[in-house]
Amino acid sequence: MTDRFDIYIAGVGGQGIGLLSEALIRAADAAGLPARGCDTHGLAQRGGSVASHVRIGSRCHSALVSEASADLVVALEIHEAVSAGRAYLKEGGTLVWFDASWQPLAVRLGEEGPAAASDVAEVAALRRGRAVRVPADSAPDPRMQNTAVLSAICRQGLVPGLGPEHARAALSDLMAGPALEANLRLLED
Amino acid sequence: MKDLGQTLLREEAFSEIVIGNTAVVRALVEAGVRSVSAYPGSPTPEIADAIAAIPAEKRPFRFEFSTNEKVATEVAFGSALAGRLSAVFFKSVGLNVAADSFVQLPLLDIPGGLVVILGDDPGANSSQNEQDNRHYARMSYMPLLEPSGAREAYGMFKTAARLAARHRTAVILRLTTHVCHAKEKVDFAARPPAVPNPAWGFDPARENYVPLASSVFPLKRRALERLAAVEEDPDARGVNVVEGTGSRRGVITAGTAWLSLRDALEESRPGSVRPDILKLGLVHPLPRQAVQDFLAAHEEVKILEELDPVLETEIKALAYDEGLPTRILGKRDVEERMGEYVPAKVRDILTGTWPDLFDGPRPAPLPAVAAPRPPQMCPGCGHRSAFYAIKQALSPGDVTVADIGCHTLGYLPPYRMGGVLLSMGHSTSTASGLSIFREGRRVVCFLGDSTFFHAGLPGIVNAVYNGHEVLLVVMENGTTAMTGHQDHPGTGKSFNGPAPKLSVRAALEGLGVGNIREVDTYRQTELTSMVREALAEPGFKVIIARHPCMLKLTREARRRAGAGWKVRQVRVDPDTCVKNHECIERFACPSFQAREDGAVEVSRDLCIGDGSCRQTCPAGALVQDKEEGR
Repeated sequence: MTDRFDIYIAGVGGQGIGLLSEALIRAADAAGLPARGCDTHGLAQRGGSVASHVRIGSRCHSALVSEASADLVVALEIHEAVSAGRAYLKEGGTLVWFDASWQPLAVRLGEEGPAAASDVAEVAALRRGRAVRVPADSAPDPRMQNTAVLSAICRQGLVPGLGPEHARAALSDLMAGPALEANLRLLED
Repeated sequence: MKDLGQTLLREEAFSEIVIGNTAVVRALVEAGVRSVSAYPGSPTPEIADAIAAIPAEKRPFRFEFSTNEKVATEVAFGSALAGRLSAVFFKSVGLNVAADSFVQLPLLDIPGGLVVILGDDPGANSSQNEQDNRHYARMSYMPLLEPSGAREAYGMFKTAARLAARHRTAVILRLTTHVCHAKEKVDFAARPPAVPNPAWGFDPARENYVPLASSVFPLKRRALERLAAVEEDPDARGVNVVEGTGSRRGVITAGTAWLSLRDALEESRPGSVRPDILKLGLVHPLPRQAVQDFLAAHEEVKILEELDPVLETEIKALAYDEGLPTRILGKRDVEERMGEYVPAKVRDILTGTWPDLFDGPRPAPLPAVAAPRPPQMCPGCGHRSAFYAIKQALSPGDVTVADIGCHTLGYLPPYRMGGVLLSMGHSTSTASGLSIFREGRRVVCFLGDSTFFHAGLPGIVNAVYNGHEVLLVVMENGTTAMTGHQDHPGTGKSFNGPAPKLSVRAALEGLGVGNIREVDTYRQTELTSMVREALAEPGFKVIIARHPCMLKLTREARRRAGAGWKVRQVRVDPDTCVKNHECIERFACPSFQAREDGAVEVSRDLCIGDGSCRQTCPAGALVQDKEEGR
């Protein structure tokens, strides 16, 4: 385990970034790793870009990840994957993204073109890292896109030291009942 | 699932991962606070969320959302005057609203002690400015503590509470956005045994509580002397920390800038001269002895503080007074007064200060290729229907004035409604001033229902009294939506349960507004004609444009229905669609997605089935089918 592993999570308000971020912090804690983080949401309502920072290891002080320094960029939406990857992915880092599209205003108004999977791949290539796509059908419900990504992160070992068992412990802290069961099932497959 | 309310009340010591706002609530419990009041505003509303998680019957203090920050401050002051330890919290600019009463607090003897929790917002993450409220501490002679994260927020609230009670005064705990929301594991102490309620404290026969003319001076003298006493208090001294010894370089810092400094120094060049650090927890009054000792031990000292040069100014004056030869390095340019001191910014500042500290520049991001994604009104938002309809009644030269709330987002394209913004409740009066010189332009202003009760009333009274030619549209969504759906005096509920439901219409009538119309904003055609009619009439007039917050309504409906939640999502009928793009470019609900062939489709993730878009399609191509599960 390194003594510093930085994760930058990006998405659109309403996608459940906060839960994903807290699950990663709690999973790290369950794995015995020091972790901290911070949600950055300007305004409460959905629709704008939201981001969350997670920092794992003893050499992390601020709750915020620096630009071009994230070992792992997590994006829940394709346009956010391109923007967040360009801003935060470090040399050799990993960009994991959920393949959903919620077009930003400029795209809907026809002022900019929509992002494509090749744009995400290009960001990873420019950083000599890799992109990991999480297909849209891996979430049975739009509200579980965040857990589908958590599952990909833990099952593919994208955060050193974190496995599905740690994610299970984290989710059990955060939810209960049928919602917990449905989310835990996503960690199995 | 962990129960937050039970966690916050645990008797034994424990550790938990929490945000700063939540950590403060455990501190309220441990410190024995008895009365808390607030007005919602980012970054502080989660303090109330954590309070709400504690069942009312087990809550060791009373809490209320007051109608505005000034009222909240006065309620907390009154409780503290009665002898009970009290606290009030609100956001940065809320202090401007509270200021008239706030600045008086240090003049008066406050038997119970009062902690003012400020949520300052360096970086203007969710505010109309990034004002540095340390200035208010200096202006009013109020002590101010500044934590850097959740753990310190917890500890420093308890210190602030002890200082406030011991010195019978008010103390500021200045949080910033990324202290409020910073999440880390905090070690909480055991809950102290409950202490009996203190005796009634307010005794105007013993103490002067009416500062007026010459009686102000003994009170001011005591406030200044108390500030000096707080500086010497062991509790206040205990929050300042020195790290490292023996370097010829030093940095004096506070708050999150300290964490960013530590991050930056992790990257420093091996063999470079690393600075020692004096990290201040007590920012006002400046702990002069600690600062003086630190200055004397170093040849060069950089003052690393976010926003304005408050510490810098005082420290330079101190060095001058004491004849210290230390070279004090302050802010070099305007940029160092702006924005958050995140690790990258601090590294850049340090590089400018001591170029040998780092090997080369920090890693740079790739240039952005797309416009940022601004926040926007939600699918189904009643404000969208309102702006879409009102815009059709206006001419290009007409003037629209925004206020604070979700409807502020109407200034973004494609609506471009609400062209100027000052503060909560400003809209009617700013519009009134504009209307004096309107020269044929018509002046329309907007105001939300929570803000109506918060600060909107005086401007309305003025418009009636002075006869201003303005149309006010009250954007009533039945909640305080932008800060997370808190109740307000118009909702029929308070934080503590059912409450009298104050009617916006009755309030307007009571204030003497004679010209009032009401409409549901989904009735877009009716709203358009109403605006046309009203604008043709003289004097001050109001349209109450009402629709419940659909984010709140949808969440509640989904929660009630559980897995069986169904909506009738809208779809574009490809055979009827003429691709004129009214829906996606002018109504502009975010559910509409552009396809490369020029067609429009509706996102299955986003559409809530409200159907408010359907009336906007001239071809009638927006259709709703049977209910579908989501």
